[in-house]
Amino acid sequence: MSQTETKNQSGTNRDIVVSVRNLETTFHTKVGPIKAVNGVSYDIARGETLGIVGESGCGKSVTSYSLMQLIEHPGEISGGEVILGGQDLLKLSENEMQEMRGGKMAMIFQEPMTALNPVLTVGYQMNEQIIKHMKVDEKEARERAIEMLKLVGIPSPEQRYENYPHQLSGGMRQRAMIAMALSCNPEFLIADEPTTALDVTIQAQILELIQSLQERFNMTVQFITHDLGVISEIADRVMVMYAGTTCEMAETQKLLTSPLHPYTAALIRSIPKFGSRVEKLETIEGSVPSLFELPKGCPFQNRCPNVSDKCKESKPPLEEKRPGHQVACFHPVNL
Amino acid sequence: MKPILEVRNIKKHFPIKKGLLLKEVGSVKAVDDISFEVMPGETLGLVGESGCGKSTLGRTLIRLYEPSAGQIYFKGRDFCSLSGDQLRKERKNIQMIFQDPFASLDPRMTISQILGEPLKVHGVESPSERKKKIEEIMTIVGLKSSYLNRYPHEFSGGQRQRISIARAMMLNPELVIADEPVSALDVSIQAQILNLLKDLQKEFNLTYLFISHDLSVVEHLCDRIAVMYLGKIVELAPRDKLFSNPKHPYTKALIEAIPRVGQGKKKMRQSLGGEVPSPINPPSGCHFHPRCPKKFEGCDKIYPVLQEVSQQHYVACDLYKGEQ
Repeated sequence: MSQTETKNQSGTNRDIVVSVRNLETTFHTKVGPIKAVNGVSYDIARGETLGIVGESGCGKSVTSYSLMQLIEHPGEISGGEVILGGQDLLKLSENEMQEMRGGKMAMIFQEPMTALNPVLTVGYQMNEQIIKHMKVDEKEARERAIEMLKLVGIPSPEQRYENYPHQLSGGMRQRAMIAMALSCNPEFLIADEPTTALDVTIQAQILELIQSLQERFNMTVQFITHDLGVISEIADRVMVMYAGTTCEMAETQKLLTSPLHPYTAALIRSIPKFGSRVEKLETIEGSVPSLFELPKGCPFQNRCPNVSDKCKESKPPLEEKRPGHQVACFHPVNL
Repeated sequence: MKPILEVRNIKKHFPIKKGLLLKEVGSVKAVDDISFEVMPGETLGLVGESGCGKSTLGRTLIRLYEPSAGQIYFKGRDFCSLSGDQLRKERKNIQMIFQDPFASLDPRMTISQILGEPLKVHGVESPSERKKKIEEIMTIVGLKSSYLNRYPHEFSGGQRQRISIARAMMLNPELVIADEPVSALDVSIQAQILNLLKDLQKEFNLTYLFISHDLSVVEHLCDRIAVMYLGKIVELAPRDKLFSNPKHPYTKALIEAIPRVGQGKKKMRQSLGGEVPSPINPPSGCHFHPRCPKKFEGCDKIYPVLQEVSQQHYVACDLYKGEQ
């Protein structure tokens, strides 16, 4: 039943930086508790990018917020471990966690306008973080901040340093947020839909920027998106989430070319693919089940073409069905 | 065949007013001198990045915004000179689907009220007749008629978008302007709505003006595509020509920037630098020249005209000057 009993990915020795074990996040709503993240486990190696894809409500963002421990009432992390550099983050006190956030681990949010404080200048917000984590004085912090703004390709960084967030364009704000996230050399970066609010040409710039900075600092990245195209271009491995659980995990190319889970397969077929024209797009009938009324057994059963009685009885465990390719399904496709 | 919609030199400028006396100090040239035609039964795609004026253009065509200049002909008749009753009658034939199905449906009206309103406005008095029509359209867009007395908040995003499509279909329109109808939806739902739009087009011989920022969606749905940049059309071509042989450097960059499934992790992209400038003070000459990788002398002087470079393929770029 549990998803922890998965075999380790590909036998090779990888330098694991982040290890998430059986993470559970519950929201205690008025109608009853719901598990937005329900037993998710994964590892990310140094320098690797793990992409997390899924539709709205699948728990991909809640997973990231849980790692940063930014879950607010009525939500709580109700189980599991998040191990970063040998330490279980979930056992840390709030003060210790504050040391981690923005220091060893950092996050880029989807909407830079709501993530930045509108009444403080970009420079002030950057300084605050740099002074806290790097233990430097204001002058050094300013130099560091301007250097970072320059690094992410913001023209006239000295001037931008003095600006308020609203004085920057969408793309520039996202760059400023990336600069802020990277200002204290984090080992682990979480990017939660960092390009969703941006135009394609700006998106291309930002993806390129994240990739080049990752290479430069050998950063470990968790990249959340709903866009399979973006995933294809940025991730080394991909985890597909559905209704709070992992349904498939594999190397990006393997997952996109020969998916094992019927959901992943259908998802890939349902996007209009550039250059290959079809008269009709394949659809996944129905919609994601409400987390309040999750069926017994596999959460995808009501939309699955391969559904059997077994799927309605018990939840398929996440198992390695091909080397380095895990899937939670009793009747995988393409096998 | 005569075009169903003819747009001639349409402009929409929003004045910027400042000071105590609200003196006009400038204007946002959201749509700046655009001309094109839409043929009956076709889908014309309008693509561009945010702020390029594609939504403003859509709204101006249906006169939700009054055009600052230019003419719109709907089936050969001047649409701009209409007012009052005449305008309402003509608008029956042009309907709009909006981007955000959470904002475009009145939260205090039931589905039957939302769908019945256009019928009421256009003189279908008998409630039973209205109900019949509503149920008919609901079936067509794939909604159960038991939903009739529910409110919009009881539906998912995909279902809400079906309701907005049903509302647009109530009066048997000929032209539907769809402003980013799928961009707020999840991919699996997006496919359902795109298929629905295709089915409706076949069944009712609809003409679409499809506004989107997503080139993959536009490629899937549209017969011809117009690419906009800062209030102007920079390229207009049939789908195959545009994607297999894009001419304008901006179109090329836009196509290059689409993240594609299955190309593998890209090491380095040839991405476009810079950002879309402000439409208040667009760059001189060709608006694209500050970001253009192919600019040459003179690009900053005169705005290039939209000229036909091969059959039905129009481009506004001086690289192709004299080519025909």
